[in-house]
Amino acid sequence: MPEAALRVRALRKVYQDVVAVNGVDLEVPPGQCFGLLGPNGAGKTTTIEICEGLTARDAGEVEVLGMRWETDARALKQRLGIQLQETQLSDKLTVEETVRLFRSFFDKGPTPERVIALVQLEEKRRSRVGTLSGGQKQRLALACALVGDPEILFLDEPTTGLDPQARRQLWDLIEEFKRAGRTILLTTHYMDEAERLCEQVAIMDHGKIIALGSPRELVASIGVEHVLEFSADGAAQRLDVAELRALEGVRDAQIETGAVRMQVTALHRAVPALLAELGRRDVKLTELRTHSATLEDVFVTLTGRHLRDE
Amino acid sequence: MNNHPLYQLTLVRFREFLREPEALFWVFGFPLLLAAGLGLAFRNTPAEVLSVGSVGADPTAFESAPTLAVEPFATVDEGVRALREGKVALLVERLADGSVRYHYDDTNPEGRDARMRADMAVQQRAGRSDPVVVQDEYMREAGSRYIDFLIPGLLGMNLMGGSIWSMGFAIVDARRRKLMKRLIATPMPRHYFLLSFLISRLAMLIVEVGAFLAFGVLVFGVPIRGSVVLVAAICVLGSLAFGAIGLLLSSRAKTIEAASGLMNLTMLPMWILSGVFFSSQRFPDAAQPIIAALPLTALNDALRATMLQSATAIEIAPQLGVLAAWLLVCFPLALKLFRWR
Repeated sequence: MPEAALRVRALRKVYQDVVAVNGVDLEVPPGQCFGLLGPNGAGKTTTIEICEGLTARDAGEVEVLGMRWETDARALKQRLGIQLQETQLSDKLTVEETVRLFRSFFDKGPTPERVIALVQLEEKRRSRVGTLSGGQKQRLALACALVGDPEILFLDEPTTGLDPQARRQLWDLIEEFKRAGRTILLTTHYMDEAERLCEQVAIMDHGKIIALGSPRELVASIGVEHVLEFSADGAAQRLDVAELRALEGVRDAQIETGAVRMQVTALHRAVPALLAELGRRDVKLTELRTHSATLEDVFVTLTGRHLRDE
Repeated sequence: MNNHPLYQLTLVRFREFLREPEALFWVFGFPLLLAAGLGLAFRNTPAEVLSVGSVGADPTAFESAPTLAVEPFATVDEGVRALREGKVALLVERLADGSVRYHYDDTNPEGRDARMRADMAVQQRAGRSDPVVVQDEYMREAGSRYIDFLIPGLLGMNLMGGSIWSMGFAIVDARRRKLMKRLIATPMPRHYFLLSFLISRLAMLIVEVGAFLAFGVLVFGVPIRGSVVLVAAICVLGSLAFGAIGLLLSSRAKTIEAASGLMNLTMLPMWILSGVFFSSQRFPDAAQPIIAALPLTALNDALRATMLQSATAIEIAPQLGVLAAWLLVCFPLALKLFRWR
C-alpha cells in the first residue's frame, strides 16, 4: 500500500488565457475523505478531473494509488469510482439496465442487485431513469461509481441542486462507504457538507489552495470562536468600525450595507459591550444573530468574499 | 457472456431505439408509406382519354378516335376560355372554307398528344387511308415500370438516412449529455462503444431491408432478378459506408443542431442527384463523373442493376468500389477526429 492514495504536486492547467489550476499540491492518505471546498470557478472540477485521468494537465505530477495515468490508465480505471458533475444518464434505460451496463465494464465488483440495494433504489429497479427525482438520479450516479468496488471514489459536487432530505440521504451513503475504509476525494461549495464528511479540507480560490487542514483546525486558525451579525437599517452607517473593533472580546468587525459582521473571541463579553454601545448611540437593532465559526467564515476571513458569491 | 461490455452496450442501442416510437416510425413506417404513396400515384394506366373542344365541327367527326372526349362549344371565345382553364387540351375549329385550325399549348405534352389524335381522326374522316398496316403489342411487364425503378432507389435512400441519422444522433446526444465522458471514465474499451453502433445497425438492417423489399415484391410485384445474397451484401456495404460518413459527421459536433445541419447538408444533394426518384442521367454529362462518385448513386445503381437486370458482382464492381472507398476514407478519418467529451 502506498503512503498516499492520491498525491498531486505543482499541478497546473491553463484554458486559453484562464489559469484554472495554478500550482496545487495535495496528499490524501488511504481511508480519508478529502474535500476540495471553494466557490464556482475556483478550479475544483479541473483538479478532480485531472486526477480522474479525464483532463490532461499542463504541468505537475499526479499519482493515484501509486500509479500514473501515462503508464497505468487501464489498471487505474478498474480501481476508481467516478461521479461527474452533470452527467445525464440515458432516460430510456431502467435503473437496473444502467447499473448492469456500468458493471459490465469492471473486472470485479458487487452484483448490480447489491449496488442498487446499497443506494436504496430497489423500489425503482425497473423504473426508467427519466422518471427519477434529482436525488434518485444522484444516487444512481453514485451506484454507477460503486459498481467496480473502487478503492478511491471521486465525487464532483455530489449534492448540488438537491433538497435537504436528499442531501442527507446521500451523505449517509457516503459515510457508509467511508466506514468500509475507502478513500474519497470530493468537491463541494457547501461548507456544511465538507464539515460533516471530510477529515481534511483544502479551500480553493482562483486555482490555488489557500488553506488546508481538518475542518476544526481551519476554523481554529482564524482565531475566532463565534461570529456575531446584526442589522440596524440605515442607522448602521453611524457606527464607527474602529470603535466596534475595540469592544471587549471582539477581534474584528466589518460594516456591509445595512449589516455588521463581527468576529468574536468571547461572546459573553462582546454581546453586553455591543448592546451598551448601541444604546449609547441610540441605534435601533432590527436583527441580532450569533453562530459558532464555520468553514464559511474561514473562507470569508481569507478572501473577504462569501462562498456562494458569484 | 451476458455481462460482456460489448453485449451490454449493443443491448443499450436496441433499447434506446425500440423505446423511441418516433424513431420506429421513421425507420420502418415512413419508407413503406412513401413507397405505397408513390406507387399509387405513378402506377401505370392505359392511355388516358383526353378532352377536346370543337367549334363548328361535325360531332361524328371524331368517332374513329375513342381516346378523345369531345365537347362542343358555340363560339371560339368560349372554347378558348375552356382551353385556358385546362378543361380541354385542344380546341378544334372548323373554318368556313372547310379547313381546320387547332388551338393548343405546344409546350404541353397533353396538347401535342391531343392534336395528333384529333388530326388523325379528322384526316381519316376526310378519306385518308394509311398505306401501311400496323399492329400494337403492349409491353406492361414487371421490371420496366416506375415503381420498379423507385423501390431500389427508396431502399438506397433509407439505408443512407438510417445509417447517418441513427449514428449521428445517438453519438451527439451522448456527447451533449456528457454520457460519453462518463463512459470513458470507466475501463470500457472505447472501440466497443463504436462497435455497438455497428452491430445494432447491421441487425436492424435485416428487419429494415427485409420488410421494405417484401413490401415491394408482394404489393407491387417488383422483381429481384439477381442474387438475393448479392442484394444483401450491397445493403451491408452501403450501410457500412454511410455509417462511416455518419460517424465522421458526428465526430466533433457538440449539439444536435450542429450535427443535423451537417447531416442534411450531406444528404440533400444526394437525394436530388443520386437517382432516387428519377434517373441521374438527366443531369448534364459534365456532372456525371461527380454524380457517379457519390455513395448513394453507387448504392442505387448497384441495387437497380442487381434487382432489375440480374447483374453479377463483377458487373457492379465499380459501384462496390465507390462504396468501399467511402468507407475506407471516412472511417479512419472519423476515428482520428473523434471527440470523446
